[in-house]
Amino acid sequence: MKAYSLFKKDWESELRTRYAINALAMFILVTISVIMFSIGSEKITEYLTGGLLWVVIFFSAMSGLSRAFVSEEERGTTMTLHLIASPSTIFSGKLIFNLLLVFLMNFAITFLFFVLFESFIIKNIFLFAVAFLFGNIGIAISSTIIAAIISKASSKGTLYPVLSFPILLPLILTLLELTKFAMDGNSINDSLVEILVLVCYDVIMLTASYLLFDFIWKE
Amino acid sequence: MIDYTLTLDNVVKYFGRRLVFDGLNLTFESGNVYGIAGPNGSGKSTLVKIISNIISPTRGKIVHTSSQKIIEGEKLHDYIGFVSPYLFLYDEFTAEENLIHFSNIRGIKFNKQRADYLLAQVNLFDRRNDLVRGYSSGMKQRLKFIFALLHEPQLIILDEPVSNLDNSGKEIVYGIISEEGKKNLVLVASNEDSDLQLCNEVLNLENYKQNKKI
Repeated sequence: MKAYSLFKKDWESELRTRYAINALAMFILVTISVIMFSIGSEKITEYLTGGLLWVVIFFSAMSGLSRAFVSEEERGTTMTLHLIASPSTIFSGKLIFNLLLVFLMNFAITFLFFVLFESFIIKNIFLFAVAFLFGNIGIAISSTIIAAIISKASSKGTLYPVLSFPILLPLILTLLELTKFAMDGNSINDSLVEILVLVCYDVIMLTASYLLFDFIWKE
Repeated sequence: MIDYTLTLDNVVKYFGRRLVFDGLNLTFESGNVYGIAGPNGSGKSTLVKIISNIISPTRGKIVHTSSQKIIEGEKLHDYIGFVSPYLFLYDEFTAEENLIHFSNIRGIKFNKQRADYLLAQVNLFDRRNDLVRGYSSGMKQRLKFIFALLHEPQLIILDEPVSNLDNSGKEIVYGIISEEGKKNLVLVASNEDSDLQLCNEVLNLENYKQNKKI
């Protein structure tokens, strides 16, 4: 309940300041436009559109999700949070906020891909939905803990993608594989190993994040 | 009056190789106002941040007890009220919205009656629905006192409590310190003589510095 209250505060604050939403929306529009311009009238393969989808999602996450902690640090309100909530509440609240942002962002990107790219055809929607669900959870957890780490650093903008790349790489590679399977129309049973890898990634990242957050949060 | 005790056991703090203070062995008890004095850079703010569990000491232990029960670090924020010039509230919310959010995040029901009483006490009641962005620095400082007192803490830490305040604001703050000092433990970190005059005991951090290097 406390974590939900923190999320509510962040969400109301976001609606007033548009700190992350505007950055994310602009990034998505610009990236997809650049892809469209560079493709021109060429016909691209299904697999390539699947790969491009996760490239756009990865870089959009880089541009918007660090805000959860960076905005608090920039406004000087980090100490205020220290004084009203325990580290686990703060991490949970920020995670819920990033989960919502990731789902909103990725729904928008996927929708635009379906509308704008003719070759983006998913034959097994259910498999894609499972990959999308666990993938988004993984991106939100990783982005939240990385954001907490970099918020204390001086060169936040550079550090975020640098730290995120190795942490998100196994997740993105698995998601690329699952998207390919969904495009081929493979069944859930055929893709069980990759789905289990995704679930394990989420569980490991969540556990490690809760264990480490206390040390990251306290100076 | 609830019995609140704060014990510092051989607390040492270094920033890199620079010693801030060394060998702090002190006990603070509720029903008193303690002053923490020292020139600029002597570590007053560092000490109050260590006591509030915001930063860690290099060595030593800080023990908070309420009614003889040790308070765990995870729950410490429920017992502490903190005011300082480097504390910031959310500019995009009104004063009342800030207080509602803080209560909800603390997991307590927003006590409107107490919030209104405190807002009136610091002369902010009429401006409670204005965005904090539009407040002057003195008004923001007054609002921090409500932030610190709304959840009825047992340990009140005031770092430079009268900074940015006009004379009437200072009088209000001195009234709050005297009132809270009767039932709670109040720590005042300041260089102002008028602030320190309210204290039962004053600790000078200059006495806890040795020219040691690690």
